[in-house]
Amino acid sequence: MQNENLVQISFFNQLMLVHPRKKQNERSEASVQVSEYFVNAEGTGDKVNLSDLLGTVEKTSGASNKTKKQLRNLQSSKETLELPLNKQQTEKIQRGIAYEKTTAEVSCWKNIILQNQKAEQMVFPLNQESSGPKRVEQVVAGWKVQTPLEQEIFRLLHGSRQPVNDPVLTPVEEQSLKAMSLEEAKIRRAELQKARALQSYYEAKAKREKKIKSKKYHKVQNKAKRKDFLKQFDEMVKTNPEGALEELKKMELSRMEERMSLKHQNSGKWAKSKAIMAKYDDSARKAMQEQLQMNKDLTQKMVVPSDDEHESIEEGLETVPDFVNDPETVIDPVNPWMRGQLTHEEPEVSCVTAEEVQTAEEENEEEEIIGEFERKRKLRQADEEDLIPTEEEHVVEVSDKEEEEDEEEDVSEFNTLFRLMRSEKTREGSNQTRGGLNTAGEEDEEGLLSEGQIRVRSIEDLEVLDEVVEPRAIEEPSAPQTAAAEATSEPPHKKKREINLKEVLTKEAKAVRLPFLPTVVDEEERDEQISIIKEAFAGDDVISDFIKDKSRQEAAGRPAVVDLTLPGWGEWGGVGLKPPRWKRKRFRIKTAPPPPRQDQKLPDVIISEKRTASVASHQVSQLPFPFQNTAQFESSIRTPIGSTWNTQTVVKNMTKPKVVTKLGAIIEPMVKEDFIKSKTTSAGGKGAAIMLGENRRAKEGTKRSKKREKMTTARSNS
Amino acid sequence: MLVFGFWTTKICNTRNCFNKIVLIALFSLTFHCNGFASIVCPDLKKILTKFDSPSRWFMLGKKCKVPAGARERLKEAIAISEAMSEHAQKQAARYDLLLPEDAGFLEGDEDEDTNTISQADIADAVDITSGSKYFNLHLSQFGPYRLDYSRTGRNLLVGGKKGHVACIDWQTKDLKCEMNVMETVNDVKWLHTEAMFAVAQKRWLYIYDSKGVELHCVKKFNDVLRMQFLPYHFLLATASATGFLQYLDVSIGKEVAAICTKMGRLDVMAQNPHNAVIHLGHPNGTVSLWSPNQKESLVKMLCHRGAVRSLVGKDKIGDTALYMVTSGLDRKLKVYDIRAFKPLHSCFLPAGASCLSLSQRGLLSAATGEIVQVYQNVLGSNPVSKPYMAHRLRGQIWGLAYCPFEDVLGIGHGEGFTSMIVPGAGEPNFDALDTNPYRSHKQRQEWEVKALLEKVQPELIGLDPGQLSKVDQASFEQRHKEQVEALGFDPLAKDKFKPKTKKKGRSSAGAIEKRKRKVAHEDQRDEIRQSVQERTEREKELKEKSNEKKLGNKSTLDRFRK
Repeated sequence: MQNENLVQISFFNQLMLVHPRKKQNERSEASVQVSEYFVNAEGTGDKVNLSDLLGTVEKTSGASNKTKKQLRNLQSSKETLELPLNKQQTEKIQRGIAYEKTTAEVSCWKNIILQNQKAEQMVFPLNQESSGPKRVEQVVAGWKVQTPLEQEIFRLLHGSRQPVNDPVLTPVEEQSLKAMSLEEAKIRRAELQKARALQSYYEAKAKREKKIKSKKYHKVQNKAKRKDFLKQFDEMVKTNPEGALEELKKMELSRMEERMSLKHQNSGKWAKSKAIMAKYDDSARKAMQEQLQMNKDLTQKMVVPSDDEHESIEEGLETVPDFVNDPETVIDPVNPWMRGQLTHEEPEVSCVTAEEVQTAEEENEEEEIIGEFERKRKLRQADEEDLIPTEEEHVVEVSDKEEEEDEEEDVSEFNTLFRLMRSEKTREGSNQTRGGLNTAGEEDEEGLLSEGQIRVRSIEDLEVLDEVVEPRAIEEPSAPQTAAAEATSEPPHKKKREINLKEVLTKEAKAVRLPFLPTVVDEEERDEQISIIKEAFAGDDVISDFIKDKSRQEAAGRPAVVDLTLPGWGEWGGVGLKPPRWKRKRFRIKTAPPPPRQDQKLPDVIISEKRTASVASHQVSQLPFPFQNTAQFESSIRTPIGSTWNTQTVVKNMTKPKVVTKLGAIIEPMVKEDFIKSKTTSAGGKGAAIMLGENRRAKEGTKRSKKREKMTTARSNS
Repeated sequence: MLVFGFWTTKICNTRNCFNKIVLIALFSLTFHCNGFASIVCPDLKKILTKFDSPSRWFMLGKKCKVPAGARERLKEAIAISEAMSEHAQKQAARYDLLLPEDAGFLEGDEDEDTNTISQADIADAVDITSGSKYFNLHLSQFGPYRLDYSRTGRNLLVGGKKGHVACIDWQTKDLKCEMNVMETVNDVKWLHTEAMFAVAQKRWLYIYDSKGVELHCVKKFNDVLRMQFLPYHFLLATASATGFLQYLDVSIGKEVAAICTKMGRLDVMAQNPHNAVIHLGHPNGTVSLWSPNQKESLVKMLCHRGAVRSLVGKDKIGDTALYMVTSGLDRKLKVYDIRAFKPLHSCFLPAGASCLSLSQRGLLSAATGEIVQVYQNVLGSNPVSKPYMAHRLRGQIWGLAYCPFEDVLGIGHGEGFTSMIVPGAGEPNFDALDTNPYRSHKQRQEWEVKALLEKVQPELIGLDPGQLSKVDQASFEQRHKEQVEALGFDPLAKDKFKPKTKKKGRSSAGAIEKRKRKVAHEDQRDEIRQSVQERTEREKELKEKSNEKKLGNKSTLDRFRK
């Protein structure tokens, strides 16, 4: 049964494949002359030239004009065809293309490689599952068939199309459901054929009609269409109100479009020409009017019949409809005199429109004025928030009233008024600040005023200003103090480099109070002791020794002057003769002084300037790659990594190896699918369904079948 | 769970015991079973050595700014290192929570000086075990005594001048060994473990094991007067009467350096635990600093008018200062900031201090004749006025040493040895991987191996212990110069700004100049901008402060005030 079904499907598909539907592009009449004996043996042995064939093309009616023309051009053209490119050039082009292709192909690796380079740690093999408990589905899904036995079993399992997990229908069942009987297929095919034929007929017809150039025909047809549509619409209102609403919306849209465009406004080229002719030509006039009528029709608002009937009636009652003012419809359209007003109407209309425009402009102006008022009012309000209630506000209010009274007043006038007001206000404000300052008893008024930025308007403001001002007043007395302090702290003239060592050492030391002294030390005894000590160390002056030592060290540190003078060279030589000054000056080489000693400012300290080379062998002497200066590198290694200085986790983190490989695992090279797939899965996050082994193949299979289905459906539709 | 050594006693309002004394001897309360200690403490090594201002301690140097036109790789490298160091700092700060112990202290009543409280009173007031830490060993025969505590604080080594050497587990009072070397003993020192100690005898330096068996007689080291052991370098530094400063690497048994100081008899010696530099005091009032890598002194400073009698170095990590305390024949006690080589303050001790010792938490003990005085807050900038504690002994004092991780001061004197309770002296939290007072035999072995593996080479000793983490500037410059010569250009030079050529007349000479001027002196401009910003902020703050002051006492009538 299954096999039968399968056979049927394939048969159906083949049918579809054998008779692909050609699209009928043009309408052609079958020729009568075609006979089965058309090909004769005349001229056998002769070579058929292209020109011969072309000649016949001219005569055949089946060939399109376009091709004929092309052929004719080809014949008449004298140019020879271009030579094909030489080998080198073609190869170059090919190489270029190949290069581009390969770069595109290779560059997709770039990201992942960069990422891996940057990664602090790489764990191989790459696509490892995270350790820890997993869901059963994951475990099952990840399992792959490896041994031949397993493979065979799975082939059997999948071959039988038995469900692995239990869906509602087995794939076989689904297929059987999908499949149709032969008769059904045939009927369906016939239906489709018929539909296609009908469609093609309809298309052909439409095309033919489209080609008809008669305007009248189209007009009539359009009218008919519109009528039809209206009828349909009326029906639709009853049957399908939602659809009608949609249609209504469309109409509204078209109305809007019409209102926007200048179409049907008698403003086009055609209309203008007609307007010239309108005086004399009746039909032209009519045409123009028709166009206007069209415009009117199109711009007419759709009346929603059901909902707002009353309102519309009321509106109709209240506002006199337009046509009341219109002249009565002229009986004889040809007689211009009878039309009377119509001819007058035009200027009238124009004048009315001008008025309207004016009014509209006025309205706009008013709106603008109002907007401006509001803007300015807001501004003023913002100002007034700071203000204490003064006369100004009254003034403002009065002016407001005035404004309300004569809104039609000229804007410029108002503006000038407003400006005046503003200036007044500011002046008053400044006056007030002055007054406020005076009351506060501020001494330097001018300075404040010159600042200008702070404008005092209220008591609070004044207080704030007070605060701002006061620090200066306080600072002023403090300034001399600080100056005095500076004077005291700063020595009158800079101390010499040699600070008196004796002073340093005989600095006052605080005596310590003892709870119980070992032996009562009297003052006399103490003095005695001191004198004894002095006696004992009379010979060795500790301090001067130290100073000497230090100066010796400093002298040793200073670079020696290299004397290259050769006495007697270019002058008299001999015992007791000194080389001349210029020579000494020129040939004594002074090296640059060394950097200042570390102990320069420490009189009682000698710090050795010798560089210890012992650490150098352990130090880094070359900057590692990414670092540009030593400070960067030093800061990067400033954090110790040992467990002595860090917590256990930090040590582990800091000393983790760059590459970790799993013992015994085969590390395979990275596959393109790996990182691309990982991206997609991470994006989609699907794949919940369980698939046992060989899933890739299965997936591919499903894809293929889906593709086939798509193809068939497309064909059936066309 | 085992409960060892430390515990708390809080005695408040014990008026019936003492006259108006409120004594709080807060010894550290710690319940340690071995497991706990080893779980918690491994991560605390660094934190442990610091005592104050934890927030500053964790800061590891300055952050590096990413330069404006840096390469991508450089940016990444800097970002990674910054992130890592920040992470490390944060973690360290987090683990600081696991240091629950506080130091003890002694508090007197009103109008009562703590220095009048006698040791017997304290021993009575505290619990029995703590009380038992105050004891005297009457050894009047072979005195006066020098002493040394092992790094873990468990073992005590005493050496009498007349040859008596003994090592004791002082808490259990278990005598490990006792002998008489039948020679003058100048100094005794524990080596890296409790298994070995060095004794500087009349002629040579001897090394014994904890059973008292003579292991070595180092004849290269003669006439040694003072010794210091540098635990992380495994170096035994000795100062001899002949003016030689010698370094013995005890891990390989080799003499690392022998320096002739040319300063005469060297009988005052101390080490700076921060950088393992040896300080020597001389009769001419100077103190010189030495490293094994340099034949001349690193620094020489004039401290006293008379000879230097005693000095002690102290590192105080977490603060910027490192301290040295000296006392001289001019009877002054001076505290130096050893980084700046500047005296912080000096005080006059009526009798002069013959011995000095600094505890882990910065208590200074000074031996003035027969009295031991303990000073608090010596290492601040303000000078001390009176001692925190005092204790009178019989006989001349020769040795002073604080016991690590205990509130105990050991005093070696002419009449033997005295263990004195000084609340607040010891560091309450210890690092079990470094110095674990409760370590087992196995743990000690493990530690020894690790310590040997992590041994710091003697070449790294210098004034700046962070020298290793710096680029060797001299050779770097030399190499760079060579490279520049070879290449013909400076690869590290910042390339000059080259304005792009633009079209439509925007690349005129003037426009180019303008564009150039936009980027000119970028670095300087940055600096200036920063400084200006700082200044404005400061000014703003000042202003706000003054404003606040104003608003605080402001009334409505104030505006009429002139």
